[in-house]
Amino acid sequence: MAQPNELTDTSRLLTPADEIPISRFRLVASRVIESWPAKISLAILVLVVICSLVPGLVAPRDPFAQDLSLRLVPPAWSERGVPGYWLGTDQLGRDTLSRIIEGTRITVLVSLFAVSVSGLVGVAAGLAAGFYGGKTDAIILRLIDIQLAFPLILLVIAVVAVVGPSLTNLIIVMGLSGWPRFARVVRGSVLTVRHLEFVDAARSIGASRVRIMSQHILPNIMSAIIVYASFEIARMILLEATLSFLGLGVQPPTPTWGGMISDGRKYISQSWAISLIPGVAIALVILAFNVLGDSLRDALDPQLDERL
Amino acid sequence: MILGPKMNSASPATPVLLSDEDVLQVEDLKAHLHVGNAVVRAVDGVSFTISRGETLCIVGESGCGKSMTALAIMGLLPKPAGRIVGGRVMLQGVGDLAQRTPRQMREIRGQSVSMVFQEPMTSLNPVFRIGWQIEEAIRVHERIPQAQARERVIAMLDLVGIPSPHERYKAYPHQLSGGMRQRVMIAIALACRPKLMLADEPTTALDVTIQAQILRLMNRLKAETGASLLLITHDLGVVARMAKRVCVMYAGVIVEEADVGAIFATPLHPYTQGLLDSIPSARAGGERRRLHTVPGLVPNLAKLPQGCRFADRCPHVYGRCREEEPPLSQPTVGPLAGSAQKVRCWLHLDHRQ
Repeated sequence: MAQPNELTDTSRLLTPADEIPISRFRLVASRVIESWPAKISLAILVLVVICSLVPGLVAPRDPFAQDLSLRLVPPAWSERGVPGYWLGTDQLGRDTLSRIIEGTRITVLVSLFAVSVSGLVGVAAGLAAGFYGGKTDAIILRLIDIQLAFPLILLVIAVVAVVGPSLTNLIIVMGLSGWPRFARVVRGSVLTVRHLEFVDAARSIGASRVRIMSQHILPNIMSAIIVYASFEIARMILLEATLSFLGLGVQPPTPTWGGMISDGRKYISQSWAISLIPGVAIALVILAFNVLGDSLRDALDPQLDERL
Repeated sequence: MILGPKMNSASPATPVLLSDEDVLQVEDLKAHLHVGNAVVRAVDGVSFTISRGETLCIVGESGCGKSMTALAIMGLLPKPAGRIVGGRVMLQGVGDLAQRTPRQMREIRGQSVSMVFQEPMTSLNPVFRIGWQIEEAIRVHERIPQAQARERVIAMLDLVGIPSPHERYKAYPHQLSGGMRQRVMIAIALACRPKLMLADEPTTALDVTIQAQILRLMNRLKAETGASLLLITHDLGVVARMAKRVCVMYAGVIVEEADVGAIFATPLHPYTQGLLDSIPSARAGGERRRLHTVPGLVPNLAKLPQGCRFADRCPHVYGRCREEEPPLSQPTVGPLAGSAQKVRCWLHLDHRQ
């Protein structure tokens, strides 16, 4: 963590007001990628995002093209591997690598939207609960308890049974599953901020309650929300994989990581790679999000700002 | 802008008591806090008047209700425990603040009456530039173009004595010292040119040299803007420096009200005398002695005793003090009988003693 260049750079101390144009975003960003694990994590995630945006350019083959003469081919580095099929093929002879790359689409799409949904609902509920307190707080807390007590898989099965499996439904259900945790994190942060004097000061100039919540409290708890969201994305990826594995997620032939594990399960004695490789992909991406979330939390820690 | 005449006509039942010269007239204000089953009578019948351009000081020890008085005037009593249960807060051109809805109070706060808090280190929002925060005080009440607002903010920064206001406009609170931050708070309070500014211990958190600067600044701004000032403090040095008139508060009531000279020269209430005796004297050759203390504790405001609230701690207590609470009025007995000073003590009011 030692940064001699920052500690000895006295120009910061001499002209604080002149330093303002250097954005906080760049400051935080530079701190986030300070360590090697964080750099690698960021690289993995950038790769995932590129794959999800332009899978056609990255994937070596058509992820949907079947070649029954090349079924269950193991990865290229094993003895029976076929050159050009780097990670082997599945039971229908489709290229595993291309399917993994195509699968990032669903993974990124679903997890980002689901976190957005749960973030929007959760932040709004948490702000209201923490700021208004009293009955509002009690009602929202009970709703959180109810939601958390209800088994998620059961809820998803029920919803899918009623409205049918689709991408939109999946996003909505997953988003709703995440809001209580968001609300709790936000509520806790609001409670620590709302009694600070600048909130009273904002009231004393006649600011409305909505204004105080959105303009004064929300920016102060933003770093907690950002950090929590990064962990929540990882959780959503896992949840989407779980649901796809159970057949409740996005339906075939669209490749998803969870679905690929599920497909490969039947052939695991003949080809371990089909299930293992998407599993490794899930583990890597989640690990990357968690590492990055950790360094984000450190970078956004206001205690670190003090020395600048 | 739309407040004054419109709201008066909307509530014709509210009589306008104020003369042209009186900016604020507080009458028998009672603000209670409901804590569990207990009722804490934090402000229990307080009356005073502030005229245009005047500084009124409220002094008293912690928990005597002086801050609660200010919060009650601003409509900022802690929710849901605090409530104004009686009395009137007449503000010139606006009417009775105690009768206003929260929405109406929002329009009044910052515009007609504003407040400076004790702790400049936490009173500014740490995530916004100070220019933005002063501008917000203007934008909440007026719709004016960005550039014009910015100009006004820079003028305000200049007015409160912040050097190079153009650069400081972009500074964050943590880049300023405590004194500078308090100047920013004062700029926010005065941004809409209110008639009245409340300052709740504005210098308590600052070191002594900065205190003097801030007090000088407030005196200058008062003269320049014509605003009246209600200054709440426990520091009699600040009182001597700033006030024209002084109210001494004890246990939720005003126990003595007088011009600043009279308070220091001829304190009448035993509590005021105790307060003055507990100031260290810097006079050369003065006898070295232990500082005076007022014995005992402030009574529990949820369970006030019968009679005078100071009776348990008073060196001159006698029978009537424990039976009947004295009113706040001009002394009728003793050497100062008939003076303009007002006191809440039987020693100066009771002919039968």
